[in-house]
Amino acid sequence: MRYDSLTDATGETPLVGLPRLSPHWAGDPPVRLWAKLEDRNPTGSIKDRAALSMVRAAEADGRLTPGCTILEPTSGNTGISLAMVAKVRGYGLVCVMPENTSLERRQLLEMFGARIIFSPAAGGSNQAVAVAKQLAAENPDWVMLYQYGNLANAQAHYEGTGPEILRDLPTITHFVAGLGTTGTLMGAGRYLREKVPDVQIVAAEPRYGELVYGLRNIEEGFVPELYNDDVLTSRFSVTSYDALRRTRDLVEHEGIFAGISSGAILHAALSIADRMAAMSQRADIAFIVADGGWKYLSTGAYEGSLQHAAEKLEGQLWA
Amino acid sequence: MTIEVKIPTILRSYTDGAKSVAGKGDTLAALFDDLDASHPGLKGRLITDDGGLHRFVNVYVNDEDVRFTGSLDTALKDGDSVTILPAVAGG
Repeated sequence: MRYDSLTDATGETPLVGLPRLSPHWAGDPPVRLWAKLEDRNPTGSIKDRAALSMVRAAEADGRLTPGCTILEPTSGNTGISLAMVAKVRGYGLVCVMPENTSLERRQLLEMFGARIIFSPAAGGSNQAVAVAKQLAAENPDWVMLYQYGNLANAQAHYEGTGPEILRDLPTITHFVAGLGTTGTLMGAGRYLREKVPDVQIVAAEPRYGELVYGLRNIEEGFVPELYNDDVLTSRFSVTSYDALRRTRDLVEHEGIFAGISSGAILHAALSIADRMAAMSQRADIAFIVADGGWKYLSTGAYEGSLQHAAEKLEGQLWA
Repeated sequence: MTIEVKIPTILRSYTDGAKSVAGKGDTLAALFDDLDASHPGLKGRLITDDGGLHRFVNVYVNDEDVRFTGSLDTALKDGDSVTILPAVAGG
């Protein structure tokens, strides 16, 4: 395939079968798992779709003009995607990122020329959002795209991820993705529900160590403005241990080297697959591999015992 | 029957600092009533005045969000594990 620029190479990612991890790949009825390899995007994560969509929307409505500085709270991947888009299209970028994110994310952002403002680890992403909102108020010339409430984030998946999956898997019964900004699930989930009324939309959210939930009170909690639980049919909370276990299963059995959040998504997908197999019902389950494992090597996720690796992740934002 | 309930840091003032407590009940609502008897005030932090789950509180039975399994009517059985967490951002 030939493209005029890197951003044009976003999307159209492969959907790959998992013949060894599926409960009944060739069974009657089949219960099959399919991985949507979003690490095949320009910066190696699904966030390229949202970043490009949000920038294009802001350009179209006149909020972003040449030379502008973009501001965004992010735990990493959205920042890296925005940094690439900003580089290609001529914008500055300021990212507000929790300090407990992987070393690779920081290095990548700096390499792309983004400025990083760190928010305290104890507040997790909630605190990054709060700091970014304050910075936006203090710097009215900066443009905050705000992935948690920006409709163009979900729209990228309504127009891209969802249609691609249905085209490649018309027999889809379940769609499983990670729940962060909720953009992937809201966008692709809505599209699939419109086209396949019985489709099940399943969320996998990371369950971090206690530090990440270090709010002072419940009222400091955060639900992204994009989120609407009517779109979902079930939602799983996945521990670091289970996410790591499945991340390793992906490499060991299928040769797919994925990031930790993809392990969490696979864990939820396998829970569904096992239920369907137990009921002898047909299932074609598409799930998202959100990024590759490269950015998490320094966390120790891929070496030593699972228990030890999970302990090292305690307090880290791994999704 | 005994259900293990994992308590998040911000609610441990109601459990004398305990990370997890044991309770009983056939449904989540019954479990919360039982917990409130031994840990007064806890239920009021989880459920709003109109009887629904607090917007910024997520409750999971064996890792599955109860908002999709019947909310407070979610059935419980011996050995189930309930996890309470505050809602946080991702992305």
